[in-house]
Amino acid sequence: MRLLTHNMLASNIKGVTNGFPLRIEVEKAIEKQVDFNPEFLKNMFTKIHWKALVDASRIMGFAELPEEADSSMLESDDFLRNFHHALLELHLEEGALVCPETGRRFPVNKGIPNMLLHEDEV
Amino acid sequence: MSSRPELQAPPEIFYDDAEARKYTSSSRIIQIQGKLTKRALELLALPDDGVPKLLLDIGCGSGLSGEKLSKKGHQWIGLDISQSMLDVALEREVEGDLLLGDMGQGLGLRDGVIDGAISISAVQWLCNADKSSHEPRLRLKAFFGSLYRCLSRGARAVFQVYPENIDQRVLILNYAMRSGFSGGVVVDFPHSSKKRKEYLVLTCGPPSINTSVPEGKGEDEESCSDDETSGDEERQTVSISDRHRPRKKQKTNRGKGREWILKKKEQMRRKGNVVPPDTKYTARKRKARF
Ligand SMILES: C[S@@+](CC[C@H](N)C(=O)[O-])C[C@H]1O[C@@H](n2cnc3c(N)ncnc32)[C@H](O)[C@@H]1O
Repeated sequence: MRLLTHNMLASNIKGVTNGFPLRIEVEKAIEKQVDFNPEFLKNMFTKIHWKALVDASRIMGFAELPEEADSSMLESDDFLRNFHHALLELHLEEGALVCPETGRRFPVNKGIPNMLLHEDEV
Repeated sequence: MSSRPELQAPPEIFYDDAEARKYTSSSRIIQIQGKLTKRALELLALPDDGVPKLLLDIGCGSGLSGEKLSKKGHQWIGLDISQSMLDVALEREVEGDLLLGDMGQGLGLRDGVIDGAISISAVQWLCNADKSSHEPRLRLKAFFGSLYRCLSRGARAVFQVYPENIDQRVLILNYAMRSGFSGGVVVDFPHSSKKRKEYLVLTCGPPSINTSVPEGKGEDEESCSDDETSGDEERQTVSISDRHRPRKKQKTNRGKGREWILKKKEQMRRKGNVVPPDTKYTARKRKARF
């Protein structure tokens, strides 16, 4: 799972009002190279929750993203490269995603988060 | 035993390791799922600006549908309830991210972040109650409600579905509409039992010009049978018709005229189906070539 997906995912356990962002527990992180596409990044930028991306990328061992970002930075190639790397090339391979409100752990195996809810969570 | 997989076992049981492998190693299935996905993408009508989008593939399975999204350069997130199917997707090194999840529990995604959604041959599974705790209506409601919220305004969702009967189709559509979607059903090859395919085309937001269901070719019954006799591969799009109606009877409907068609459309509307609006083009004869 890439941080792009982490940035969109929220816990939807019944009764949870703020299930975002899911806390990341890393057992194993990997990198996979992806073609650089500035147009996609510019399109995505407004939808990204920046702080969640910064925090997630640090947990995954990448600390190059600025604390704050605004759209003028999309002019900078350096910025775009780092944004690209954080969003699309870092994968959580083994570990867990944890609901910020309830502490419920969603295990991640072979890169796939198990988001199945128990019956009493629906 | 029924030939409908939906009636044999819950999806996470039906799509076990053996079935997942069988499914994905059949060149016929690969070809069909690929075609269905291509058509769904066409109906999704994403802006033609060359900018890759973030899409959802619901019931992504082993990634046959998702691969077509990658081919077009899009990023995607796939959701499936079968670990076996997702394992095959991993083996095939699909480019999208995969989630193990149940669409009937609702999608846990932030509001307004997704540019479009497709689902190929999966949503009819929601009409079954596979556990005592399953209530299909609640599951449809959770699914469509959460899908509506995570899509950006004006975004579309296109689902190719195999409803078991009219009731299922109406049920699915009703819950989509109740969640705020506008849209309806597009049927390709309505008179061919083999090639007939149904797509729910949904748009996030109230009806407008952009939310009207694609009409296009062969909207009325007349021109459709031409498709079969000529064996023309070209796609036909029509409003809803009943697939259980024998073909013979459909044939006799040829040339019933505008009044008959308007009456039929009204009947379908009363049943709660979504039917293209009546316009001056309704029931017009088409030119041989268009
Ligand atoms: C016929 S396969 C299609 C797979 C893929 N879309 C393709 O075109 O090859 C249907 C898929 O829907 C999935 N499915 C069924 N019910 C589901 C549910 N409630 N939530 C998520 N996925 C489901 C099944 O596990 C299966 O992989």
